[in-house]
Amino acid sequence: MTADILDRVSFDDDGFMVDASTWTEDIGQAIAEALEVNLTDRHWQVINFVRKDFEESGEPPTLRRITQQTDVSMKEMYQLFPDGPAKIAANIAGLKKPTGCI
Amino acid sequence: MARPSRALHQSSGTNGRRKLALVASKGSLDMAYPPLILANAARMSGIDVEMFFTFWGLDIITKKKMNNLNVATVGNPNMHPWFGIPTLLGALPGMSAAASWMMRGEIKKLGFPPVPEFIQLVIDAGANVYGCKMSMDMMKLTEDDLVEGATVLGAMEFMDLTDGAQIVFV
Repeated sequence: MTADILDRVSFDDDGFMVDASTWTEDIGQAIAEALEVNLTDRHWQVINFVRKDFEESGEPPTLRRITQQTDVSMKEMYQLFPDGPAKIAANIAGLKKPTGCI
Repeated sequence: MARPSRALHQSSGTNGRRKLALVASKGSLDMAYPPLILANAARMSGIDVEMFFTFWGLDIITKKKMNNLNVATVGNPNMHPWFGIPTLLGALPGMSAAASWMMRGEIKKLGFPPVPEFIQLVIDAGANVYGCKMSMDMMKLTEDDLVEGATVLGAMEFMDLTDGAQIVFV
């Protein structure tokens, strides 16, 4: 079922969605499963913020911006999305790979 | 085109999980940022980080010093992007403080935090932070003088920890 959903989506060579506007929550869920991330409400809070910030600024937020604009701390980000929280959150949210170094 | 996968987010070297060891030996404002930025970038890419602060680098993790790191204006011929400061001018009282103040402003404009916040960020991101035992003894410091989350370590223990790691000396 998950595999079917992702079949219809275009990804770049890094596994990030090419067209953020075609994202749906089901696609997000499927990507999270592929990344072995078990989504809870707290994860969705971050994913929703990341999408909203992208819509407002055109860029996926840096990790520091996520921790400044939400009540999710740096420590918690690494617990929710181990090994590259800003990258993984952007991946699940259907955005391109973030390029900031903070 | 590649389907999203856990593997694409894992930074693995030749022997499995990558590890980066940073030695920070300088305590000026301009030399505090390279190890902190590298440590943070490594953590954001899923790379394990061991940071060893020695000699003047200890100032970066010493509570009483970390808020007031400065940049040298004497014997520093590469003071761009402002203007090249001749050594005699740079020796005047206040020049180092002024240059440091300007540098802090530029760093803030780029969205980077001040040193105390940055070291805390890096610790929260899971980097291990150590103060060099020898340097601490020389400067009469104890673990209590260091930022919360830093521990004291000797060089040989650091060598044990960095087996398989890529070591960067700043």
